[in-house]
Amino acid sequence: MVTLVLPRLVSFEGAGRRSASVVERNAASLRTAYWLVLISGFLEPVLYLFSIGVGVGALVGDLTLPDGRIIGYAAFVAPAMLASSAMTGALSETTFNFFGKMKFMKLYDGMLATPVRPIEIALGELAWAMIRGNLYAAAFLVVMVLMDLTTPSRALAAFAAAVLVGFAFGGAGMALSTYMRSWQDFDLIASAQFALFLFSGTFVPAQAYPSILRWLVEATPLYRSVDLIRAISIGGVGWVQAVDVVYLLAVFGIGLTIAGRRMEKLLCK
Amino acid sequence: MTLIHARGLVKRFEGFTAVDGIDVDVERGEAFGFLGPNGAGKSSTMRMIGCVSPPTGGVLRILDMDPLRDGPKIRARLGVCPQLDNLDLELTVRENLTTYARFFGIPRKVARRRADELLDFVQLTERADSKVEPLSGGMKRRLTIARALVNEPEIVLLDEPTTGLDPQARHLVWERLFRLKQQGVTLVLTTHYMDEAEQLCDRLVVMDGGKIVAEGSPRALIDEYSTREVVELRFNVESQDVFADKLAGVGERLEVLPDRILLYVADGDDAVAEVQRRALSPASVLVRRSSLEDVFLHLTGRTLVD
Repeated sequence: MVTLVLPRLVSFEGAGRRSASVVERNAASLRTAYWLVLISGFLEPVLYLFSIGVGVGALVGDLTLPDGRIIGYAAFVAPAMLASSAMTGALSETTFNFFGKMKFMKLYDGMLATPVRPIEIALGELAWAMIRGNLYAAAFLVVMVLMDLTTPSRALAAFAAAVLVGFAFGGAGMALSTYMRSWQDFDLIASAQFALFLFSGTFVPAQAYPSILRWLVEATPLYRSVDLIRAISIGGVGWVQAVDVVYLLAVFGIGLTIAGRRMEKLLCK
Repeated sequence: MTLIHARGLVKRFEGFTAVDGIDVDVERGEAFGFLGPNGAGKSSTMRMIGCVSPPTGGVLRILDMDPLRDGPKIRARLGVCPQLDNLDLELTVRENLTTYARFFGIPRKVARRRADELLDFVQLTERADSKVEPLSGGMKRRLTIARALVNEPEIVLLDEPTTGLDPQARHLVWERLFRLKQQGVTLVLTTHYMDEAEQLCDRLVVMDGGKIVAEGSPRALIDEYSTREVVELRFNVESQDVFADKLAGVGERLEVLPDRILLYVADGDDAVAEVQRRALSPASVLVRRSSLEDVFLHLTGRTLVD
Protein backbone atom coordinates (compact mmCIF):
# COMPACT_ATOMS: atom_id res chain seq x y z
CA MET A 1 0.00 0.00 0.00
CA VAL A 2 2.84 2.33 0.77
CA THR A 3 4.21 1.83 -2.70
CA LEU A 4 0.82 2.87 -4.08
CA VAL A 5 1.15 6.26 -2.46
CA LEU A 6 4.82 7.03 -2.66
CA PRO A 7 5.51 7.03 -6.43
CA ARG A 8 2.93 9.75 -6.96
CA LEU A 9 4.53 11.83 -4.26
CA VAL A 10 8.12 11.57 -5.35
CA SER A 11 7.12 12.13 -8.96
CA PHE A 12 6.35 15.73 -8.08
CA GLU A 13 9.30 17.79 -7.10
CA GLY A 14 8.83 19.70 -3.91
CA ALA A 15 6.02 17.60 -2.43
CA GLY A 16 8.14 16.84 0.61
CA ARG A 17 9.04 20.47 1.02
CA ARG A 18 5.39 21.49 0.82
CA SER A 19 4.37 18.87 3.39
CA ALA A 20 7.11 20.23 5.62
CA SER A 21 5.63 23.71 5.33
CA VAL A 22 2.38 22.32 6.75
CA VAL A 23 4.36 20.94 9.70
CA GLU A 24 6.01 24.33 10.08
CA ARG A 25 2.63 26.00 10.31
CA ASN A 26 1.67 23.70 13.17
CA ALA A 27 4.94 24.36 14.95
CA ALA A 28 4.28 28.10 14.67
CA SER A 29 0.83 27.66 16.22
CA LEU A 30 2.30 25.87 19.22
CA ARG A 31 1.40 28.04 22.16
CA THR A 32 1.17 27.79 25.93
CA ALA A 33 -2.23 26.06 25.90
CA TYR A 34 -0.88 23.51 23.51
CA TRP A 35 1.95 22.57 25.81
CA LEU A 36 -0.63 21.57 28.41
CA VAL A 37 -2.16 19.16 25.93
CA LEU A 38 1.28 17.75 25.19
CA ILE A 39 2.08 17.24 28.84
CA SER A 40 -1.26 15.59 29.54
CA GLY A 41 -0.63 13.26 26.60
CA PHE A 42 2.57 12.15 28.28
CA LEU A 43 1.11 11.93 31.78
CA GLU A 44 -1.81 9.73 30.84
CA PRO A 45 0.11 6.51 30.09
CA VAL A 46 2.48 7.16 32.99
CA LEU A 47 -0.46 7.46 35.38
CA TYR A 48 -1.97 4.26 34.01
CA LEU A 49 1.36 2.54 34.40
CA PHE A 50 1.65 3.53 38.03
CA SER A 51 -1.97 2.94 39.01
CA ILE A 52 -2.58 -0.32 37.19
CA GLY A 53 0.86 -1.65 36.33
CA VAL A 54 2.36 -1.00 39.70
CA GLY A 55 -0.73 -0.66 41.93
CA VAL A 56 -2.96 -3.44 40.58
CA GLY A 57 0.21 -5.33 39.68
CA ALA A 58 0.99 -5.68 43.38
CA LEU A 59 -2.29 -7.62 43.78
CA VAL A 60 -1.90 -9.61 40.54
CA GLY A 61 1.66 -10.64 41.18
CA ASP A 62 3.77 -12.14 38.43
CA LEU A 63 2.43 -13.33 35.09
CA THR A 64 3.26 -16.52 33.23
CA LEU A 65 3.58 -15.97 29.49
CA PRO A 66 2.37 -18.58 26.95
CA ASP A 67 6.02 -19.53 26.36
CA GLY A 68 6.47 -20.24 30.05
CA ARG A 69 8.47 -17.16 31.00
CA ILE A 70 7.47 -15.31 34.16
CA ILE A 71 7.43 -11.50 34.22
CA GLY A 72 6.21 -8.76 36.54
CA TYR A 73 2.76 -7.32 35.77
CA ALA A 74 4.15 -3.82 35.25
CA ALA A 75 6.55 -5.14 32.61
CA PHE A 76 3.56 -6.74 30.92
CA VAL A 77 1.37 -3.63 31.01
CA ALA A 78 3.99 -0.98 30.19
CA PRO A 79 4.46 -1.90 26.48
CA ALA A 80 0.68 -1.86 26.05
CA MET A 81 0.55 1.62 27.57
CA LEU A 82 3.22 2.70 25.14
CA ALA A 83 1.27 1.30 22.19
CA SER A 84 -1.99 2.87 23.29
CA SER A 85 -0.38 6.23 23.98
CA ALA A 86 1.13 6.15 20.48
CA MET A 87 -2.40 5.49 19.26
CA THR A 88 -3.95 8.26 21.36
CA GLY A 89 -1.33 10.82 20.35
CA ALA A 90 -1.76 10.05 16.67
CA LEU A 91 -5.54 9.96 16.83
CA SER A 92 -6.08 13.17 18.79
CA GLU A 93 -4.07 15.11 16.23
CA THR A 94 -5.55 13.43 13.16
CA THR A 95 -9.18 13.30 14.26
CA PHE A 96 -10.26 16.21 16.44
CA ASN A 97 -7.62 18.72 15.41
CA PHE A 98 -7.63 17.72 11.77
CA PHE A 99 -11.41 17.90 11.51
CA GLY A 100 -11.49 21.29 13.24
CA LYS A 101 -8.88 22.70 10.90
CA MET A 102 -10.67 21.36 7.85
CA LYS A 103 -14.29 22.13 8.66
CA PHE A 104 -14.26 25.05 11.06
CA MET A 105 -11.04 26.95 10.77
CA LYS A 106 -11.12 26.54 6.98
CA LEU A 107 -7.38 26.32 7.27
CA TYR A 108 -6.93 23.99 4.34
CA ASP A 109 -8.95 26.19 2.00
CA GLY A 110 -6.26 28.81 2.47
CA MET A 111 -3.48 26.29 2.00
CA LEU A 112 -4.99 24.85 -1.16
CA ALA A 113 -4.86 28.26 -2.83
CA THR A 114 -1.07 27.81 -2.72
CA PRO A 115 0.92 25.11 -4.55
CA VAL A 116 0.25 22.73 -1.62
CA ARG A 117 -1.94 19.77 -2.64
CA PRO A 118 -4.44 17.80 -0.50
CA ILE A 119 -2.22 14.72 -0.19
CA GLU A 120 0.63 16.99 0.92
CA ILE A 121 -1.55 18.49 3.63
CA ALA A 122 -2.48 14.97 4.74
CA LEU A 123 1.19 13.98 4.85
CA GLY A 124 2.19 17.15 6.67
CA GLU A 125 -0.52 16.74 9.28
CA LEU A 126 0.44 13.11 9.72
CA ALA A 127 4.10 14.00 10.11
CA TRP A 128 3.10 16.54 12.73
CA ALA A 129 0.98 14.00 14.59
CA MET A 130 4.01 11.71 14.52
CA ILE A 131 6.31 14.29 15.98
CA ARG A 132 3.84 14.81 18.78
CA GLY A 133 3.10 11.12 19.34
CA ASN A 134 6.77 10.18 19.27
CA LEU A 135 7.62 12.70 21.93
CA TYR A 136 5.17 10.91 24.22
CA ALA A 137 6.62 7.55 23.25
CA ALA A 138 10.23 8.61 23.83
CA ALA A 139 9.44 10.09 27.24
CA PHE A 140 7.48 7.02 28.25
CA LEU A 141 10.31 4.70 27.20
CA VAL A 142 12.71 6.67 29.36
CA VAL A 143 10.35 6.03 32.29
CA MET A 144 10.23 2.33 31.42
CA VAL A 145 14.02 2.07 31.35
CA LEU A 146 14.30 3.95 34.63
CA MET A 147 11.82 1.56 36.23
CA ASP A 148 13.83 -1.36 34.86
CA LEU A 149 10.87 -2.63 32.84
CA THR A 150 13.00 -2.96 29.71
CA THR A 151 16.59 -2.47 28.58
CA PRO A 152 17.87 0.66 26.79
CA SER A 153 18.60 -1.24 23.55
CA ARG A 154 15.15 -2.81 23.53
CA ALA A 155 13.66 0.60 24.27
CA LEU A 156 15.28 1.92 21.08
CA ALA A 157 13.72 -0.85 19.01
CA ALA A 158 10.40 -0.32 20.78
CA PHE A 159 10.60 3.36 19.87
CA ALA A 160 10.81 2.47 16.19
CA ALA A 161 7.80 0.21 16.64
CA ALA A 162 5.88 2.98 18.42
CA VAL A 163 6.60 5.26 15.46
CA LEU A 164 5.09 2.68 13.13
CA VAL A 165 2.04 2.34 15.41
CA GLY A 166 1.66 6.13 15.32
CA PHE A 167 1.77 6.22 11.54
CA ALA A 168 -0.81 3.48 11.25
CA PHE A 169 -3.30 5.12 13.62
CA GLY A 170 -2.56 8.57 12.21
CA GLY A 171 -3.38 7.42 8.69
CA ALA A 172 -6.51 5.63 9.85
CA GLY A 173 -7.65 8.56 11.99
CA MET A 174 -7.28 11.01 9.16
CA ALA A 175 -9.20 8.79 6.77
CA LEU A 176 -12.00 8.39 9.34
CA SER A 177 -12.14 12.14 9.98
CA THR A 178 -12.95 12.82 6.35
CA TYR A 179 -16.16 10.84 6.85
CA MET A 180 -17.20 12.67 10.02
CA ARG A 181 -20.19 14.95 9.65
CA SER A 182 -20.15 16.71 13.02
CA TRP A 183 -18.42 16.70 16.36
CA GLN A 184 -20.97 14.16 17.63
CA ASP A 185 -19.53 11.57 15.28
CA PHE A 186 -16.28 11.78 17.18
CA ASP A 187 -17.96 10.19 20.19
CA LEU A 188 -17.99 7.02 18.11
CA ILE A 189 -14.26 7.23 17.54
CA ALA A 190 -13.70 7.92 21.23
CA SER A 191 -15.79 4.88 22.20
CA ALA A 192 -14.00 2.66 19.70
CA GLN A 193 -10.69 3.97 20.97
CA PHE A 194 -11.62 3.20 24.57
CA ALA A 195 -12.83 -0.30 23.69
CA LEU A 196 -9.54 -0.93 21.91
CA PHE A 197 -7.66 0.40 24.91
CA LEU A 198 -9.43 -2.02 27.28
CA PHE A 199 -9.55 -5.17 25.18
CA SER A 200 -6.42 -5.29 23.03
CA GLY A 201 -4.43 -7.55 25.27
CA THR A 202 -3.50 -4.44 27.20
CA PHE A 203 -4.31 -5.53 30.75
CA VAL A 204 -4.79 -9.26 30.30
CA PRO A 205 -3.29 -11.60 27.73
CA ALA A 206 -5.63 -12.25 24.79
CA GLN A 207 -5.41 -15.94 25.67
CA ALA A 208 -7.67 -15.17 28.60
CA TYR A 209 -10.65 -14.59 26.26
CA PRO A 210 -12.90 -17.27 24.73
CA SER A 211 -11.62 -18.30 21.31
CA ILE A 212 -14.11 -16.31 19.16
CA LEU A 213 -13.51 -13.14 21.13
CA ARG A 214 -9.82 -13.79 21.09
CA TRP A 215 -9.85 -14.08 17.32
CA LEU A 216 -11.68 -10.75 17.14
CA VAL A 217 -9.26 -9.06 19.53
CA GLU A 218 -6.25 -10.30 17.63
CA ALA A 219 -7.59 -8.71 14.44
CA THR A 220 -7.67 -5.19 15.90
CA PRO A 221 -4.91 -2.72 15.13
CA LEU A 222 -4.14 -1.94 18.76
CA TYR A 223 -3.71 -5.63 19.56
CA ARG A 224 -1.18 -5.92 16.73
CA SER A 225 0.59 -2.84 18.07
CA VAL A 226 0.66 -4.13 21.64
CA ASP A 227 1.86 -7.52 20.44
CA LEU A 228 4.70 -5.95 18.48
CA ILE A 229 5.89 -3.58 21.15
CA ARG A 230 5.52 -6.12 23.95
CA ALA A 231 7.54 -8.73 22.05
CA ILE A 232 10.28 -6.17 21.56
CA SER A 233 10.31 -4.82 25.10
CA ILE A 234 10.22 -8.16 26.96
CA GLY A 235 12.00 -10.18 24.27
CA GLY A 236 10.81 -13.00 22.03
CA VAL A 237 10.34 -11.44 18.58
CA GLY A 238 9.23 -13.97 15.97
CA TRP A 239 7.23 -14.35 12.75
CA VAL A 240 4.04 -13.14 14.39
CA GLN A 241 5.69 -9.74 14.80
CA ALA A 242 6.44 -9.65 11.07
CA VAL A 243 2.68 -10.01 10.56
CA ASP A 244 2.17 -7.11 12.98
CA VAL A 245 4.52 -4.90 10.96
CA VAL A 246 2.89 -5.75 7.63
CA TYR A 247 -0.57 -5.20 9.17
CA LEU A 248 0.37 -1.76 10.53
CA LEU A 249 2.05 -0.72 7.28
CA ALA A 250 -1.10 -1.67 5.40
CA VAL A 251 -3.33 0.34 7.77
CA PHE A 252 -1.06 3.34 7.29
CA GLY A 253 -0.96 3.08 3.50
CA ILE A 254 -4.68 2.56 3.08
CA GLY A 255 -5.50 5.31 5.57
CA LEU A 256 -3.26 7.90 3.95
CA THR A 257 -4.49 7.08 0.46
CA ILE A 258 -8.13 7.37 1.48
CA ALA A 259 -7.46 10.58 3.41
CA GLY A 260 -5.74 12.25 0.45
CA ARG A 261 -8.50 11.30 -1.97
CA ARG A 262 -11.31 12.25 0.36
CA MET A 263 -9.74 15.63 1.12
CA GLU A 264 -9.49 16.33 -2.57
CA LYS A 265 -13.14 15.42 -2.94
CA LEU A 266 -14.25 17.52 0.02
CA LEU A 267 -12.12 20.59 -0.53
CA CYS A 268 -11.68 20.81 -4.32
CA LYS A 269 -15.31 20.80 -5.32
CA MET B 1 -0.81 38.29 -23.50
CA THR B 2 -3.94 36.43 -22.43
CA LEU B 3 -3.54 35.25 -18.85
CA ILE B 4 -6.96 33.69 -18.45
CA HIS B 5 -8.71 32.05 -21.34
CA ALA B 6 -12.07 30.32 -21.01
CA ARG B 7 -14.35 28.93 -23.70
CA GLY B 8 -17.68 27.34 -22.94
CA LEU B 9 -16.62 26.93 -19.32
CA VAL B 10 -19.13 24.90 -17.32
CA LYS B 11 -19.36 24.02 -13.63
CA ARG B 12 -22.10 21.63 -12.59
CA PHE B 13 -22.79 20.48 -9.07
CA GLU B 14 -25.21 17.74 -8.17
CA GLY B 15 -28.51 18.91 -9.51
CA PHE B 16 -27.64 22.39 -10.69
CA THR B 17 -25.43 24.27 -13.08
CA ALA B 18 -23.49 27.06 -11.41
CA VAL B 19 -21.57 28.22 -14.49
CA ASP B 20 -23.25 27.61 -17.80
CA GLY B 21 -20.82 27.95 -20.67
CA ILE B 22 -18.99 31.26 -20.33
CA ASP B 23 -16.27 32.74 -22.55
CA VAL B 24 -13.74 34.98 -20.85
CA ASP B 25 -10.36 36.43 -21.78
CA VAL B 26 -8.29 38.44 -19.34
CA GLU B 27 -5.19 40.24 -20.58
CA ARG B 28 -2.05 41.05 -18.62
CA GLY B 29 -2.30 44.24 -16.56
CA GLU B 30 -6.04 44.41 -16.82
CA ALA B 31 -8.51 44.85 -13.98
CA PHE B 32 -11.34 42.53 -14.85
CA GLY B 33 -14.62 42.23 -12.99
CA PHE B 34 -17.33 39.62 -12.64
CA LEU B 35 -20.48 41.46 -11.71
CA GLY B 36 -23.69 39.73 -10.75
CA PRO B 37 -26.25 39.01 -8.06
CA ASN B 38 -25.75 36.28 -5.46
CA GLY B 39 -25.81 32.86 -7.07
CA ALA B 40 -24.86 34.14 -10.51
CA GLY B 41 -21.86 31.81 -10.65
CA LYS B 42 -19.13 34.36 -9.88
CA SER B 43 -17.50 32.47 -7.01
CA SER B 44 -17.65 29.14 -8.84
CA THR B 45 -15.88 30.78 -11.75
CA MET B 46 -13.27 32.24 -9.42
CA ARG B 47 -12.63 28.87 -7.81
CA MET B 48 -12.09 27.30 -11.20
CA ILE B 49 -9.65 30.06 -12.15
CA GLY B 50 -7.95 29.57 -8.78
CA CYS B 51 -7.38 25.89 -9.69
CA VAL B 52 -9.18 24.54 -6.64
CA SER B 53 -12.29 23.43 -8.48
CA PRO B 54 -12.07 21.28 -11.61
CA PRO B 55 -14.26 22.52 -14.49
CA THR B 56 -17.08 20.20 -15.55
CA GLY B 57 -16.75 21.19 -19.19
CA GLY B 58 -15.25 23.62 -21.65
CA VAL B 59 -11.74 24.99 -22.05
CA LEU B 60 -9.81 26.78 -19.32
CA ARG B 61 -6.21 27.94 -19.63
CA ILE B 62 -4.50 29.98 -16.92
CA LEU B 63 -1.08 31.51 -17.65
CA ASP B 64 -1.13 29.25 -20.72
CA MET B 65 -1.32 26.12 -18.55
CA ASP B 66 -3.94 23.51 -17.80
CA PRO B 67 -5.41 23.86 -14.27
CA LEU B 68 -5.98 20.12 -13.96
CA ARG B 69 -2.43 19.18 -14.83
CA ASP B 70 -0.42 22.17 -13.64
CA GLY B 71 -2.48 23.24 -10.61
CA PRO B 72 0.49 23.72 -8.24
CA LYS B 73 2.52 25.59 -10.87
CA ILE B 74 -0.33 27.94 -11.68
CA ARG B 75 -1.26 28.52 -8.06
CA ALA B 76 2.36 29.46 -7.35
CA ARG B 77 1.76 32.53 -9.53
CA LEU B 78 -1.73 33.43 -8.29
CA GLY B 79 -2.82 35.42 -5.26
CA VAL B 80 -6.22 34.52 -3.88
CA CYS B 81 -8.39 36.61 -1.61
CA PRO B 82 -11.47 34.46 -0.89
CA GLN B 83 -14.92 35.76 -0.15
CA LEU B 84 -14.75 34.64 3.47
CA ASP B 85 -11.53 35.34 5.31
CA ASN B 86 -9.85 32.04 6.12
CA LEU B 87 -6.98 33.49 8.08
CA ASP B 88 -5.16 31.29 10.55
CA LEU B 89 -6.64 32.20 13.93
CA GLU B 90 -3.94 30.35 15.83
CA LEU B 91 -1.22 32.60 14.44
CA THR B 92 -0.37 36.26 14.78
CA VAL B 93 -0.87 38.79 12.01
CA ARG B 94 2.75 38.59 10.89
CA GLU B 95 2.90 34.80 11.22
CA ASN B 96 -0.10 34.55 8.94
CA LEU B 97 2.03 36.07 6.20
CA THR B 98 5.30 34.29 6.96
CA THR B 99 3.76 30.80 7.26
CA TYR B 100 1.73 31.39 4.11
CA ALA B 101 4.89 32.38 2.28
CA ARG B 102 6.40 29.05 3.31
CA PHE B 103 3.62 27.21 1.45
CA PHE B 104 5.07 28.80 -1.67
CA GLY B 105 8.57 27.71 -0.73
CA ILE B 106 9.72 31.27 -0.09
CA PRO B 107 12.87 31.29 2.12
CA ARG B 108 12.25 32.37 5.71
CA LYS B 109 14.36 35.49 5.49
CA VAL B 110 12.62 36.69 2.34
CA ALA B 111 9.27 35.81 3.90
CA ARG B 112 9.95 37.98 6.94
CA ARG B 113 11.05 40.92 4.83
CA ARG B 114 8.06 40.61 2.53
CA ALA B 115 5.69 40.28 5.48
CA ASP B 116 6.95 43.57 6.87
CA GLU B 117 6.58 45.31 3.52
CA LEU B 118 3.06 43.98 3.05
CA LEU B 119 1.99 44.88 6.57
CA ASP B 120 3.13 48.38 5.78
CA PHE B 121 1.27 48.30 2.48
CA VAL B 122 -2.04 47.38 4.12
CA GLN B 123 -1.37 49.56 7.19
CA LEU B 124 -1.24 46.80 9.75
CA THR B 125 2.33 47.23 10.98
CA GLU B 126 1.13 48.26 14.43
CA ARG B 127 -0.88 45.06 14.78
CA ALA B 128 1.88 42.77 13.50
CA ASP B 129 2.16 40.78 16.74
CA SER B 130 -1.51 40.75 17.56
CA LYS B 131 -3.64 37.67 17.15
CA VAL B 132 -6.04 37.66 14.22
CA GLU B 133 -9.22 37.18 16.23
CA PRO B 134 -9.57 40.69 17.73
CA LEU B 135 -8.97 42.48 14.42
CA SER B 136 -11.87 44.37 12.86
CA GLY B 137 -13.49 43.11 9.67
CA GLY B 138 -11.63 45.68 7.61
CA MET B 139 -8.29 44.74 9.13
CA LYS B 140 -8.89 41.04 8.51
CA ARG B 141 -9.74 41.79 4.92
CA ARG B 142 -6.59 43.84 4.46
CA LEU B 143 -4.57 41.04 6.00
CA THR B 144 -6.18 38.54 3.63
CA ILE B 145 -5.26 40.80 0.73
CA ALA B 146 -1.71 41.12 2.02
CA ARG B 147 -1.55 37.34 2.32
CA ALA B 148 -2.66 37.01 -1.30
CA LEU B 149 0.32 39.16 -2.31
CA VAL B 150 2.99 37.30 -0.39
CA ASN B 151 4.18 35.33 -3.43
CA GLU B 152 4.26 38.43 -5.66
CA PRO B 153 1.53 37.01 -7.88
CA GLU B 154 0.94 37.89 -11.51
CA ILE B 155 -2.80 37.57 -11.11
CA VAL B 156 -4.71 38.47 -7.97
CA LEU B 157 -8.16 36.93 -7.58
CA LEU B 158 -10.45 38.88 -5.27
CA ASP B 159 -13.84 37.42 -4.45
CA GLU B 160 -16.02 40.26 -3.19
CA PRO B 161 -13.10 42.10 -1.64
CA THR B 162 -15.14 44.74 0.17
CA THR B 163 -18.37 42.97 1.08
CA GLY B 164 -19.31 43.72 4.67
CA LEU B 165 -16.83 46.55 5.17
CA ASP B 166 -17.66 50.02 6.38
CA PRO B 167 -17.10 52.93 3.95
CA GLN B 168 -13.67 53.90 5.35
CA ALA B 169 -12.38 50.36 5.21
CA ARG B 170 -13.84 49.96 1.73
CA HIS B 171 -12.08 53.03 0.40
CA LEU B 172 -8.79 51.96 1.91
CA VAL B 173 -9.07 48.57 0.19
CA TRP B 174 -9.94 50.24 -3.11
CA GLU B 175 -7.02 52.56 -2.84
CA ARG B 176 -4.62 49.65 -2.21
CA LEU B 177 -6.07 47.66 -5.08
CA PHE B 178 -5.73 50.67 -7.34
CA ARG B 179 -2.07 50.90 -6.42
CA LEU B 180 -1.57 47.24 -7.27
CA LYS B 181 -3.17 47.85 -10.62
CA GLN B 182 -0.78 50.72 -11.24
CA GLN B 183 2.10 48.37 -10.49
CA GLY B 184 0.92 46.22 -13.37
CA VAL B 185 -0.67 43.39 -11.38
CA THR B 186 -3.60 41.78 -13.16
CA LEU B 187 -6.70 41.97 -10.98
CA VAL B 188 -9.71 39.72 -11.33
CA LEU B 189 -12.52 40.52 -8.96
CA THR B 190 -16.12 39.69 -8.32
CA THR B 191 -18.47 42.18 -6.80
CA HIS B 192 -22.07 43.18 -6.59
CA TYR B 193 -21.15 46.74 -5.79
CA MET B 194 -21.53 48.89 -8.84
CA ASP B 195 -19.33 51.67 -7.55
CA GLU B 196 -16.60 49.12 -6.91
CA ALA B 197 -16.79 47.87 -10.47
CA GLU B 198 -16.80 51.43 -11.82
CA GLN B 199 -13.84 52.37 -9.62
CA LEU B 200 -11.61 49.42 -10.29
CA CYS B 201 -12.50 47.57 -13.46
CA ASP B 202 -11.22 48.30 -16.95
CA ARG B 203 -13.55 45.69 -18.29
CA LEU B 204 -16.27 43.55 -16.82
CA VAL B 205 -18.87 40.95 -17.52
CA VAL B 206 -22.30 40.86 -15.97
CA MET B 207 -23.28 37.33 -14.96
CA ASP B 208 -26.75 36.08 -14.24
CA GLY B 209 -27.87 32.48 -13.78
CA GLY B 210 -24.44 31.14 -14.70
CA LYS B 211 -24.31 32.98 -18.01
CA ILE B 212 -22.66 36.16 -19.20
CA VAL B 213 -25.41 38.63 -20.09
CA ALA B 214 -23.27 41.66 -20.95
CA GLU B 215 -19.63 42.53 -21.42
CA GLY B 216 -17.59 45.70 -21.82
CA SER B 217 -16.04 48.64 -20.01
CA PRO B 218 -18.19 50.24 -17.31
CA ARG B 219 -18.78 53.27 -19.57
CA ALA B 220 -19.65 51.17 -22.60
CA LEU B 221 -22.13 49.11 -20.59
CA ILE B 222 -23.84 52.23 -19.28
CA ASP B 223 -24.03 53.61 -22.82
CA GLU B 224 -25.41 50.38 -24.17
CA TYR B 225 -27.83 49.32 -21.48
CA SER B 226 -28.87 52.57 -19.88
CA THR B 227 -29.31 56.22 -20.76
CA ARG B 228 -26.98 59.04 -19.94
CA GLU B 229 -29.08 60.31 -17.09
CA VAL B 230 -31.78 59.08 -14.76
CA VAL B 231 -34.56 61.19 -13.24
CA GLU B 232 -36.01 59.93 -9.98
CA LEU B 233 -39.50 61.23 -9.22
CA ARG B 234 -41.33 60.74 -5.94
CA PHE B 235 -45.03 61.44 -5.66
CA ASN B 236 -46.95 61.90 -2.43
CA VAL B 237 -49.44 59.14 -3.07
CA GLU B 238 -49.96 55.57 -1.96
CA SER B 239 -49.16 54.14 -5.34
CA GLN B 240 -46.83 55.65 -7.89
CA ASP B 241 -48.58 53.63 -10.62
CA VAL B 242 -51.18 56.26 -11.43
CA PHE B 243 -48.49 58.59 -12.71
CA ALA B 244 -46.92 56.04 -14.97
CA ASP B 245 -49.42 56.65 -17.77
CA LYS B 246 -49.14 60.40 -17.44
CA LEU B 247 -45.37 60.15 -17.86
CA ALA B 248 -45.52 57.99 -20.96
CA GLY B 249 -43.12 59.11 -23.63
CA VAL B 250 -40.87 61.10 -21.35
CA GLY B 251 -37.47 59.51 -21.88
CA GLU B 252 -36.55 56.16 -23.35
CA ARG B 253 -37.69 53.94 -20.55
CA LEU B 254 -39.67 54.23 -17.37
CA GLU B 255 -39.59 52.07 -14.30
CA VAL B 256 -42.12 52.14 -11.47
CA LEU B 257 -40.80 51.26 -8.03
CA PRO B 258 -42.92 51.11 -4.88
CA ASP B 259 -41.66 54.51 -3.71
CA ARG B 260 -40.56 56.29 -6.86
CA ILE B 261 -40.54 56.37 -10.62
CA LEU B 262 -37.31 56.22 -12.61
CA LEU B 263 -37.09 57.91 -15.99
CA TYR B 264 -34.19 56.84 -18.18
CA VAL B 265 -33.41 59.88 -20.31
CA ALA B 266 -30.70 61.45 -22.42
CA ASP B 267 -31.07 64.86 -20.80
CA GLY B 268 -32.38 65.11 -17.25
CA ASP B 269 -33.23 68.82 -17.31
CA ASP B 270 -35.25 68.46 -20.49
CA ALA B 271 -37.18 65.62 -18.93
CA VAL B 272 -37.90 67.59 -15.75
CA ALA B 273 -39.15 70.46 -17.90
CA GLU B 274 -41.46 68.06 -19.71
CA VAL B 275 -42.78 66.71 -16.40
CA GLN B 276 -43.60 70.25 -15.29
CA ARG B 277 -45.20 71.03 -18.68
CA ARG B 278 -47.56 68.09 -18.06
CA ALA B 279 -48.52 69.79 -14.80
CA LEU B 280 -47.32 66.93 -12.66
CA SER B 281 -45.89 67.95 -9.33
CA PRO B 282 -43.72 65.30 -7.74
CA ALA B 283 -42.74 65.77 -4.10
CA SER B 284 -39.12 65.34 -5.01
CA VAL B 285 -37.05 65.31 -8.16
CA LEU B 286 -33.53 63.99 -8.49
CA VAL B 287 -31.48 64.10 -11.66
CA ARG B 288 -28.40 61.89 -11.59
CA ARG B 289 -25.92 60.28 -13.92
CA SER B 290 -26.72 56.80 -14.94
CA SER B 291 -24.61 54.26 -13.10
CA LEU B 292 -23.60 50.68 -13.50
CA GLU B 293 -26.29 49.92 -10.96
CA ASP B 294 -28.93 50.89 -13.49
CA VAL B 295 -27.30 48.58 -16.02
CA PHE B 296 -27.06 45.82 -13.50
CA LEU B 297 -30.66 46.03 -12.37
CA HIS B 298 -31.84 46.36 -15.94
CA LEU B 299 -29.97 43.22 -16.94
CA THR B 300 -30.49 41.02 -13.89
CA GLY B 301 -33.85 42.31 -12.74
CA ARG B 302 -35.04 43.63 -9.41
CA THR B 303 -36.27 40.35 -8.04
CA LEU B 304 -34.33 39.14 -5.07
CA VAL B 305 -32.27 36.06 -5.83
CA ASP B 306 -30.60 34.01 -3.16
